[in-house]
Amino acid sequence: MSKQRVLVVGNGMVGHKFIDNLVQDPQSEHFDIITFSEEPRLAYDRVQLSSYFSGATAADLALTDEGYYNDNGVNFVLNDKVVELNTQANYVVTASGRKESYDKLVLATGSFPFVPPIPGNDQEHCLVYRTIEDLEAITTSASQSKVGVVVGGGLLGLEAANALKAAGLETHVVEFAPRLMAVQLDEGGGSLLRRKIEDLGVTVHTEKATSEIVPGETCRYRMNFADGSHLETDMILFSAGIRPQDELARQFDLEIGERGGIVVNDNCQTNVENIYAIGECALWSGRIYGLVAPGYTMAKVAASHITGGSETFQGADMSTKLKLLGVDVASIGDAHGNTPGAQSYTYNDEIEQVYKRLIVSEDGKKVLGAVLVGDVDAYGNLLQLMLNDMDLPDNPAGLILPAGDGAASVGLGVDALPDTAQICSCYDVTKGQIKEAVANGCVDMGGIKGSTKASTGCGGCAALTKQVLDAELANLGYEVKNDLCEHFAYSRKELADIVRVKQIKTFDELLDSHGHGLGCEICKPTVGSILASFWNDYVLKDEHIGLQDTNDIFLGNMQKDGTYSVVPRVAGGEITPEKLIVLGEVAKEFDLYTKVTGGQRIDLFGAQLHELPLIWKKLVDAGFETGHAYGKSVRTVKSCVGSTWCRYGVNDSVGFAINLEDRYKGLRSPHKLKFAVSGCTRECAEAQCKDVGVIATENGWNLYVCGNGGMRPRHADLFATDLDDETLIKYVDRFLMFYIRTADRLQRTSVWLENLEGGLDYLKEVVINDKLGLGEELEAEMVANIGNYQCEWQTTIENPEKLKRFKHFVNSDETDGSLAYVAERGQRRPATREERIQSVELVD
Amino acid sequence: MSQWKTICSESDLTPNTGLCALLDGEQVAVFYCGKTRALYAVSNYDPIGDAYVLSRGIMGSLSDVPVVASPLYKQHFNLQTGECLEEPEHMLKTYPVRLEAGEVQLQAA
Ligand SMILES: Cc1cc2nc3c(=O)[nH]c(=O)nc-3n(C[C@H](O)[C@H](O)[C@H](O)COP(=O)(O)OP(=O)(O)OC[C@H]3O[C@@H](n4cnc5c(N)ncnc54)[C@H](O)[C@@H]3O)c2cc1C
Repeated sequence: MSKQRVLVVGNGMVGHKFIDNLVQDPQSEHFDIITFSEEPRLAYDRVQLSSYFSGATAADLALTDEGYYNDNGVNFVLNDKVVELNTQANYVVTASGRKESYDKLVLATGSFPFVPPIPGNDQEHCLVYRTIEDLEAITTSASQSKVGVVVGGGLLGLEAANALKAAGLETHVVEFAPRLMAVQLDEGGGSLLRRKIEDLGVTVHTEKATSEIVPGETCRYRMNFADGSHLETDMILFSAGIRPQDELARQFDLEIGERGGIVVNDNCQTNVENIYAIGECALWSGRIYGLVAPGYTMAKVAASHITGGSETFQGADMSTKLKLLGVDVASIGDAHGNTPGAQSYTYNDEIEQVYKRLIVSEDGKKVLGAVLVGDVDAYGNLLQLMLNDMDLPDNPAGLILPAGDGAASVGLGVDALPDTAQICSCYDVTKGQIKEAVANGCVDMGGIKGSTKASTGCGGCAALTKQVLDAELANLGYEVKNDLCEHFAYSRKELADIVRVKQIKTFDELLDSHGHGLGCEICKPTVGSILASFWNDYVLKDEHIGLQDTNDIFLGNMQKDGTYSVVPRVAGGEITPEKLIVLGEVAKEFDLYTKVTGGQRIDLFGAQLHELPLIWKKLVDAGFETGHAYGKSVRTVKSCVGSTWCRYGVNDSVGFAINLEDRYKGLRSPHKLKFAVSGCTRECAEAQCKDVGVIATENGWNLYVCGNGGMRPRHADLFATDLDDETLIKYVDRFLMFYIRTADRLQRTSVWLENLEGGLDYLKEVVINDKLGLGEELEAEMVANIGNYQCEWQTTIENPEKLKRFKHFVNSDETDGSLAYVAERGQRRPATREERIQSVELVD
Repeated sequence: MSQWKTICSESDLTPNTGLCALLDGEQVAVFYCGKTRALYAVSNYDPIGDAYVLSRGIMGSLSDVPVVASPLYKQHFNLQTGECLEEPEHMLKTYPVRLEAGEVQLQAA
């Protein structure tokens, strides 16, 4: 059977999703896929477009890459618009004159920004907000402007206003309707949003119709309004709505809706059987869906239909929850109460600036819709009540009243949700799928995210997903108990709070007051680490020594045969030839196997207990200090060579890496911490896979957090941009201490963040905006910790009592006779069990 | 009659840690519990990790049984019987140990 040729016009979010669905299908080999994109790049995340202004690059936004398409046999042509369609002969023609035939055609052409027909709207600094190229133009224009106006006070308009404000412009929003976000919000919600946004310094002008754009007097342009008033500005961003991109369909005889949009049926087919339309260009049942989730569903439906499946499109919910200019806003269902007989509950707190309105059915039993501004915690519950047509609880007002004395906030037991309830709309994950993941062994948010993708899109469903997870764990008989171990009925976080608040200084004190038994290899190192994080005592003190794990207890990394490796600190990876020679000499003298580590330092293997102090004496005398390679602690700050030597570097990455490493060296934490500093965006230090990553920009440093290489790699998240040294250090102080206070035992920052309720946004609130009012406390704790720093090896070699322990036998100077080595590639390595038995060519 | 041999003095003990002694060519791991002041002695050889390291493990208790966790792969060994809790087919040799007039003594076989 010859392959079917599937041609996809438009490689936007939905077009790509369709292709992805098709190549993932077991029948994918029966299809030849080709896609045309008018844009110069493959699909990217338009939803996150605004993050481009906070430092995300085109690569960060990419949803796929050429490698993936090549590997899956998908042909693609970029920068070539399809301009002609022949529905009889089944071919298309592109702007460059290329003609391609198809068996199935999929139109995924999205939409384009509507620019109102105002005289003067086509000038150089009149722009729109839809593509990466648009953003580049906005950035350029903003750098030559002082005042900016956004025309349109809808969702996208406010996002655009945020971008202008962030670029430092005096920002105005001009809206034709009497209120902001007129589609999603009612009057109360709209006016509170306006107040909040004006408090942030953005001026809002409502009920203004622009009649012309003419040269200005104080600024580049003047906008004249129909009511006779005017506003001067240097640039104008049009965000007055979108229109379906249905040009092709229109010109070549496909059925079009009265107000645009390509008409499709439940299979996403147009009136021509072998032509489909999906995403924002499609009109289903008289509606256009301007959100990505319904587009993704259409992509799934079209792919299913083409491969003989039976999925159909049944409409989609348009409820939204988002943050605009830092203000939480949500709109659910019939937000305006247009349903006949609809009634409502309203909660309006002008002091705290919270507005919530719940719209219920005539009989008061069902949720029809809601508007939430300033506090959107109720979103998940209300949405589920509506989507699943569930009965309201007895006291519906409780759903929007703040939790507090008397008015206990009414939750919606997630148990009441049917398995078919959609929890994550970005990835279409149902409650049933989350339950299944739990049954298959996922017990935390990280696991659920990994296996179902739930709450990895917009993140709006995180709280609800967590509730389903906890409820399911409880149903399966797991006690959702975070006890550290049998000796402490507390989580690591709780123990850290106890130690900090009650100023507990030893394990025994804590065990006596809050635990029982003798402790174990779980709680002892955990508490040892907590004590070290807050008080930073010498870890080999008598009262702490028994807490130290395998490596810490002898300040070295135990290898498989019981010998140790030695890793001195080489801050930032910078080392003088003299010191390098010392390392070589020491390695030679003690015959240590020598290897360069991934953290830009040198690891010397095979030291026996009695040799450790001898080795360290030499190293300390040569100016080395311990590298803490043995600790769950700050390890290294990797760096590239930076602006001092590199032709491309824009800042001194080595110098800054050394500063950071000196500041945080040895800081004990729930798990090891790795840093890196890159001197430019080429990112040679690989900072984006580190717990703390720093990348130089023209204007300072970009800070990334919670990345990880290792077993489960995770790209770090961009946390803040263009920071000066001081601000960066302040953020890192707070970030690290907040992690130390709240993480679980042996939880890397990556997993910690994935399980942190509220995720990255919450972390930013805590660290950057000091939402919890902890900022100064966290910084003070860090300063106290740093003040108590000591090189543990120096302390140890100066203490004869401590040195006694560095001996294999307490009653003999003999050494461990079982050790045996063989030579390999010019060095020694431990003999295997077989080699030892056969005594083959052992070296001494 | 086997005899008691002094391996170190009481002041050489660090509470809640182990140390290793050489007894007639055998490596013995001795542990001292700070809370109960009890002494335990088992073979220093970790049969799972195949190395002489047990004296360097963390000691503690599991359901009131005194244990040491192997510093290599963290299996627990009962300090009283020598039995491995996770893989009971592994059994450590145990040694009589006592504190006598400020001296720590092991009984040679
Ligand atoms: C700033 C911004 C923020 C947003 N925020 C959210 C949000 O928070 N939540 C949400 O759900 N949605 C949001 N959206 C909307 C979301 O991005 C769209 O719903 C989604 O991108 C629609 O996907 P699509 O594939 O239908 O269209 P698009 O992503 O626009 O892709 C269509 C592609 O087809 C190309 N094309 C068009 N015609 C042709 C042709 N003839 N030949 C070749 N190529 C062609 C276009 O150039 C484009 O690349 C946002 C949009 C923007 C602009």
